Amino acid sequence: MSAPAQVGRRGRRSPTSTGYWPILFVGPLLLGVLVFYYYPIAKNLYLSFTKSNAFGGNTKFVGLDNYEALFSRPDLLSAIGNTLFYTAVVLLAIPISVLIASLIELPGLKFASLYRVLFFMPYLAMPTAITQVWKIVFNGNFGIINQTAKALGIEDPPYWLSTPGFAIAAVALFGLWSSIGFNVIILSAGLKGIPRELYEAASIDGATQWRQFRAITVPLLTPSIFFLTIMQTIGGFQLFDALFAMIGSGNPAMVQSRSLVYLFYNQAFINNDKGGGAAVAMVILLFVAIVTAVQFIGQRRWVNYV
Amino acid sequence: MSDKPGRSALRTQRRYLPAHILLALGGLVMVFPFAYQIVMSLSTNAEISSVPPTLWPEQLQFVNYVEVFEKLPFLKQFSVSVLITVVRTLGQLAFCAMAGYAFARMEFRGRGLLFGLILAILMIPGQAYLIPQYQIIQGLNLLESPWGVVLPGVFSAFGAFLMRQTFMGLPKELEEAARLDGCNPWQAFTKIMLPLSAPGLSAVAITTVLWSWNDLLWPLIVTTREESMPLSVGIATLAGQHSSDYAVMMAASVLAMAPIFVLFFSMQKRVIAGLATSGMKG
Repeated sequence: MSAPAQVGRRGRRSPTSTGYWPILFVGPLLLGVLVFYYYPIAKNLYLSFTKSNAFGGNTKFVGLDNYEALFSRPDLLSAIGNTLFYTAVVLLAIPISVLIASLIELPGLKFASLYRVLFFMPYLAMPTAITQVWKIVFNGNFGIINQTAKALGIEDPPYWLSTPGFAIAAVALFGLWSSIGFNVIILSAGLKGIPRELYEAASIDGATQWRQFRAITVPLLTPSIFFLTIMQTIGGFQLFDALFAMIGSGNPAMVQSRSLVYLFYNQAFINNDKGGGAAVAMVILLFVAIVTAVQFIGQRRWVNYV
Repeated sequence: MSDKPGRSALRTQRRYLPAHILLALGGLVMVFPFAYQIVMSLSTNAEISSVPPTLWPEQLQFVNYVEVFEKLPFLKQFSVSVLITVVRTLGQLAFCAMAGYAFARMEFRGRGLLFGLILAILMIPGQAYLIPQYQIIQGLNLLESPWGVVLPGVFSAFGAFLMRQTFMGLPKELEEAARLDGCNPWQAFTKIMLPLSAPGLSAVAITTVLWSWNDLLWPLIVTTREESMPLSVGIATLAGQHSSDYAVMMAASVLAMAPIFVLFFSMQKRVIAGLATSGMKG
């Protein structure tokens, strides 16, 4: 597509001077980002102040009506509660992952790469496919969890997936299981960056392994831990796939097990209320912005950048 | 090898015994669902729902895998998944490599602002643009089409970020030499820089393939007919309809996850390195 450069025209320019070329290189991505991201974000804000009929026509400006309706819904609080609970459980995976990663990275440990692969597998799994197993594991009648519970003498173990409260707990356990792999990869990379000499010096000074873990490993891993905290919090707020696949819309426990994103999906695409859904989306946006900002402010107290 | 290091290595491994026990137990918890799914995919429905649980079927039911293709629109959904994943990945590689190169190497007015504008997308939860994206795809008449599923996802802020990092880490001299030899920026990019950026390209490709193959919410709202769904949506929807046909759903799930695992095991080192790079911005 491009003609060979003309020597005369190029002559005066430095080798990195670029003329109109940046437009060609950046243009396609920039155009896509504007059309498919920036315009929609602005449009979503506008939609949240409107109401339209079920077919998307007859759009009327209704001011803050959608927000008022949303904040007077009793299930908004339970959706926020479920989302926070799920996120908290997924964040619990981080300290567990720190332990696992530091064990895997022990110098000269045999089978280290096998362990790495085992812990990483859940991250690769398609959530809607692997949750088919978890549905059986948590099954109230014949699932292995309840069969084990009964064998241990527990009379009436709960019907996990159809009892409000237990349902979101089951989903959160799945979330915990599936998030460890990514944590371990990031933490292993962080651990490899810690100079061995620090540990050698500490051993010579007589520091125990536990003391070395607390005084060297954890402080020097804080940038990775902080990165994971941000990523997993944002990811936790996005809870949808596991809920959709494990509980499902027909389940009587679903109404009380919804996450914020499920509420959004239900309002915008099942009830076909785009204005109401847009308002839920704005609340999620605000929520993520506040929590991320708080984490970035808080990081100064505990993250060590070397 | 002398005797001494061998013996000390042995002593080290013995000291590591508690670590091995913990990691093996943890690893078992990680692998169990996969192993159990494969076992169930070869069992009968009665065996899956038996009390006490059946840990190994009396007879391996390979017929379940045949029924996946007879009872479910599996092949159709599989081909949708392949198409959207390939197109999205190739599109992202092209757009992100080009933009990342310009942001890393070209000097132009507004460069920092534009890059910031693109990166800001990463901080925004997807729901904030999902409804209008849906309306755009509806307006283009692309609902139920793989192109509608692919379109917004070919533009990736994350990919642009990774590619910019990659190009910034490459030496400037090669491309300056190429420019002095008469290459224009496009030629310097495609002939010199792109081949050198393979680690970055593979990191972008790996994350995109993984996200695209497993993604649920966006394809769920764009496709409502069984034959236009990718597998991620299809498995969830079919599991609702065939809710007591556990064995066939297990076989379908195994098959739906298989391509990602084959890909992973065939290029394991690269996947892990790629994902570790993706976390480097932390």
